Formats: sequence, structure tokens, C-alpha cells
Amino acid sequence: MRIVVGGAVVSVFALLGDLLKPKSFAGLFGAAPSVALATLALTVSKDGKEYASTEARSMIIGAVAFSLYAFVVGRLLIRRRVPVLISASAAITLWFGCAFGLWFAVLR
Amino acid sequence: MKIKLETGALRQSTWHEYVLRFAFGGTVTALAGIIAKRFGPEIGGLFLAFPAILPASATLIEKHERQKKERNGMQGAERGRKAAGVDAIGASMGAIGLAAFAFVVWRRLPESGTGMALAGATVAWFLTSVSIWKIREVLCRRVRRMVASNHRSATAQLHKPLMKGRSDEQERAEK
Repeated sequence: MRIVVGGAVVSVFALLGDLLKPKSFAGLFGAAPSVALATLALTVSKDGKEYASTEARSMIIGAVAFSLYAFVVGRLLIRRRVPVLISASAAITLWFGCAFGLWFAVLR
Repeated sequence: MKIKLETGALRQSTWHEYVLRFAFGGTVTALAGIIAKRFGPEIGGLFLAFPAILPASATLIEKHERQKKERNGMQGAERGRKAAGVDAIGASMGAIGLAAFAFVVWRRLPESGTGMALAGATVAWFLTSVSIWKIREVLCRRVRRMVASNHRSATAQLHKPLMKGRSDEQERAEK
């Protein structure tokens, strides 16, 4: 169920991103709340609102880490000659470091 | 810059690229659920903003842009990489909107209906992202204009003695 709903919501937002121009505006849809919408709706029905609300609080930190990650990837691709897949995949470690670091510092 | 809807872009993607996105989206959603079950909602919540789709979309954008240039007989690698970079910068602005989405869900969900909270949060994501994008556009335009006017005045200063020298020569020739 999660796979189907998640896949469908992610595909819809990705399609919207494909249709829009300029590229910087279309990029906004690369950080659309697609996974969150699919997950939170299912979580509320299964585990309740309090559980989903706690997830959303942690998600704020995940989103801050996402913003930093995407910014670094963007700068690497525009300023340096690093291949796309390598820079976008390697920088995922930055997301992990930032998300867990902030989580330990703020929420733990 | 004007926002446009271009349906022609849909023809660039093949069916297996859509399947890939669907599979990625489904897998990440399932993984977020599994992580929350295993480690609790505090850790699981972090993964609701995991950038799993971005490497795949950036690769697709780079590929499409490169192919477009190469069809016209030009080198497209640089252009493709830059297009993927611009898209990623857009995603970094969208991610701030994602934080706004999460904030609205965190504060509103316990008190209001699920549908209302999620709809309100999605509107918050959209408005925050678009506002940040718009502010950045205005700032970039101002900086570009400032750089252009500085360049123009610097060029004029540089050419001034040359022009003056030329008019002196003209005067002497006329005499």
C-alpha cells in the first residue's frame, strides 16, 4: 500500500516539475512533500495523530538538512566539473551528518 | 523570469523513466515507514525529508539537456550539468518550504482533521517555496543590473581618454 501511494504521489510532483519552466522554479518540486504526504496520511490512520505529529517535528530538521544538501549539490554542479550522479550521491552523507547532528543537538 | 507550462517536456521522458520514479518514490515511502517502526517516530520523521529522488531527477535532467544540445550538433555535457545544478538550487528553496510543511503538520495535526492539516501544510509548502524563489529572482535581477551598469560606466571611463585623444586629433586636422 505504502509503495503504491508513495510512488503515485512522487510521480505526480515529478511530472509537475517536468512541465514547469524555468528550471529553478521546477526545482521547487524536487523538494515537494510527496513522501511526507503519503506516509503521514497512512501513519495517522494506523498509529494516530500524536505519532504522526512527532514524525513531523523531526521532519523539520530533515528538511533543513535537505536544503543544505541540495544547495551544496547545486553549487558543485554549477561551479565545479563534478559528474551529476557522483556529486548528488556523495553529498547524501552531508544530509545524514546534518540531519542527525541537528537532531542530537536540538531534539534529543 | 516568467513561469511557463511546457507540455513538450513530457515527450523527452521515456516510460521506463516514469517507472523508475514510481519505484523510487514507493521504495522511499516504504523505507520511511520501516525506519519509523524500527527506531521510533523521532528518527523516522527525519526520513520524511530524505532527498532520495534528487540524484535520480538530477541525472535525468542532465541527460535530457545534454541530448537536446547534442541533437543540435553541440557539446551538451556542461549545459546538462548546469541545468541539473539550477534544478538542485530550486530544490534547496523548496526544502525550506518543506520545513514549513512539517511545522504546520506538527502544530495543527493534533487539533484539527488530518485532511485539513495536510492540505494547509501543502499550501504552506507552496507559498513558502514560491515566495523564497520570487525573492531570489528579484535579488538576482538587481545584482545583474548593478553589475551591468558598473561594467558600462567602467567601459566608458576606459574609453574616455581614447575618445578625447581622437577629438583632439580631429580638431588639429580641421585646423
